[in-house]
Amino acid sequence: MSTRNLVLSLALSVAFGSAAFAETPGLGKNISEADIKAWNIDVLPDGTNMPPGSGTPTQGAAVYAQKCAMCHGENGTNPRPGYSPMIGIKKFDKIDAPKTVTYYEFASTLFDVIRRSMPFQLPKTLTDDEVYALSAYILSLNKIIGDNDVMNAQTLPKVKMPNAGKFTIPYPDRI
Amino acid sequence: MTKREIRFQSDVPDVAGNGLLDRRALLGRGILFAGAAATGAGTAASAAAEPLKNDPWSLTMGTVSPPRQEPSRFEKHVVRTLSNPNNELRNSHGRTPHHLINGTVTPSALHFSICHSGLPDIDPEKHQLVVHGLVKQPKTFSLADLDRYPKVTRMAFVECAGNSAPMFSNEPVQATCQALHGLSSNSEWTGVLVSTLFEEVGLDPKATWFLAEGADSLALHRSVPVKKGLDDAMIAIYQNGERLMPGNGYPMRLLLPGYQGNMNIKHVRRLKLLDQPSMSFYEAKTYSQIMPGEKLVKFNFVMQVKSFITHPSFGHSLKGPGYYEISGIAYSGNGRIAKVMVSADGGKSWAQAALQGAIHPQAFTRFTVPWRWDGQPVTLLSRAWDEGGNAQPMRPEFVAARGQTERPVTNPLGFPNQHYNSITAWSVDNKGEIKHVYA
Repeated sequence: MSTRNLVLSLALSVAFGSAAFAETPGLGKNISEADIKAWNIDVLPDGTNMPPGSGTPTQGAAVYAQKCAMCHGENGTNPRPGYSPMIGIKKFDKIDAPKTVTYYEFASTLFDVIRRSMPFQLPKTLTDDEVYALSAYILSLNKIIGDNDVMNAQTLPKVKMPNAGKFTIPYPDRI
Repeated sequence: MTKREIRFQSDVPDVAGNGLLDRRALLGRGILFAGAAATGAGTAASAAAEPLKNDPWSLTMGTVSPPRQEPSRFEKHVVRTLSNPNNELRNSHGRTPHHLINGTVTPSALHFSICHSGLPDIDPEKHQLVVHGLVKQPKTFSLADLDRYPKVTRMAFVECAGNSAPMFSNEPVQATCQALHGLSSNSEWTGVLVSTLFEEVGLDPKATWFLAEGADSLALHRSVPVKKGLDDAMIAIYQNGERLMPGNGYPMRLLLPGYQGNMNIKHVRRLKLLDQPSMSFYEAKTYSQIMPGEKLVKFNFVMQVKSFITHPSFGHSLKGPGYYEISGIAYSGNGRIAKVMVSADGGKSWAQAALQGAIHPQAFTRFTVPWRWDGQPVTLLSRAWDEGGNAQPMRPEFVAARGQTERPVTNPLGFPNQHYNSITAWSVDNKGEIKHVYA
C-alpha cells in the first residue's frame, strides 16, 4: 500500500470505523477464465497459452497463396506498397534497415500476430492449424526451420530465431 | 518617459546574439516600442493606421449558438495532415498542426492519431475492460463502472516513438513542424488509475508484466511492466473534459505518461497480468530500434526530453524586421521541464526562455523568448532540460549515438528510425523566409 493510500485508508477508518479499511468500490463483475477464452488469444515466448494444433510449411504455402499473397506478395516477396515482405534480411547494420520476421527475437511473435490480426480484412478467422501452418511456411521461407518441420505448441517456442538474445534493455530499472 | 515605459532599444539589452531579449523584458511592463526605429529595424511600430469604420458583422445580428461549436470559417486551414487521404486499406496518420496553434493543450479534434486498421465504431454500452491472468479474481468493468470509481485528472503528452523520424535524414527535410513533429500532442486526461483496478482484482505476486490489448480489428497489444501500472498508469475516459475522440481511443484508453505512444493502448479491452513480456508484434518489431553498429534495443519505453520552436517555423515568413515572439513546446517523459534555452545565432549564444503557466510532469510546456529581428539572416534553435537533469542532445552528439540515414529522406511520412529528440533549427534569410537546417 502506498503512503498516500495508507493515509487515505487511515482517514477513512477514522471517519467510518475500521470497516472502511481495505474497502474498494467493488463495481466490476466477476468473470471466469473460461468466459474470457474468446479474447484470451495471446501466446508467450515460452509457449504459454499456445493452442492445440499443428501445421507444416507445405500446408502453410497453400493457405498463404489463398489468403496472404495478395498483400504480402507471391512466395513472400514483392508485396503491395506499404506491406511487409515475408522474407527478411539477417543483418541489421543500417539504422533504417527494413524489419520483418527475421528481426523478431521469438517465433511466438509471428504466430501471435497472424492469429490476432490477419488476414487484414478478416482478422481472427484463421483456424489454429492454419496459423501454425502459416508460421511454419514463413519460418521456412527464411530458412529458420527446415522445409518439413512441423510447428505446434511444443516445437514453435523452441525455434531459434536469428536475433535471439541480441537485444539490450535501456531502462532495466523500469521493469 | 515614465518609469513603467521602458525604451525598447536602450533599456532592454540583448541577452544573446541576433536580438534575443531577456525573457522577463516584456512581462507586464507597458513597454514603448518607439526605440525599435533606432535599431535600424525600420518603422513598423510607428506605421499609421487607417480611420476606423463599422464592418458588416457589426451592423447585423449573427447566427445563433449551435449545439457544438466549430472553429470560424476563417480557420479552416487549421487541420491535421493525413497520410492516407484516399482511405486505402492500410494504416492512417493525422498530424497536429503545431505551427498553427499555441498554448499547451492540443484541441482534441487536432490531437494526432495513428490508426493501424481504421477507426473502430465502438458502442460504449457494450464495451468492456477485462482484467485477468495472474490475479486473484478476474473482473470486467463497463464504462459506467469506471465512471463511478475515484478518478484523477492530469495533463500528459502522448508521442509516437516515430515522431520527428524524418530528422534521421542526413540532410534536413524541408517540412513544417506539423510534418516533422506532428505525432505528438498534449491533453488533459481524466480516468481511473490502473493501480485502483489492480487492487480490485488482487495481483498475484508473480505478476511482473501486463499486456494491454485494444478492441480494434488488429487487437493491437503491448506489454507494460507492472511497476508502471502501479505508478501513474491510467485508464483514461475523458480527454480535455469530454469523452475520448475515436482516434484517441474511445471509449477508454491506457495512458502511460511519458512512454512510447503505441504503448498507450486505445479502445483498451483487456489487461492480462503476466510473469513475462508477451513480445507482441509492435514491441518485438516496430518499437524495438536498430542502433548504429548492429546494436538492437527493446523496451525503449521513455520519450526523452525534447523541444522545438513552433513560431516562427517552416511555413511562416517574417513580415519585416522588428519585434517577434519566439515560442515553442518542450516536454520530457522523465518529468517536468526545468529549463529551455533559445539561440538565434545557430548555438553560439543562448537566452533562457520563459516557461508559461503551470509546469506539469510528462506534459507540454510552452516556452517563449522576446526577439528583436534586425532583418539579417539568423538561425533559431531551442534546447530543453528536464528535472532529472537530462539535456536535449545537440545534433552532432545525437547523430554520433543514434546515427543518420546514408541518403537524404525523400518521404517525410516515412520512419527511418525512432526516438529522435535532438535539436530542431530554423534559418531565417534576409527576406524573412524560413528553412529547416541542421545546426
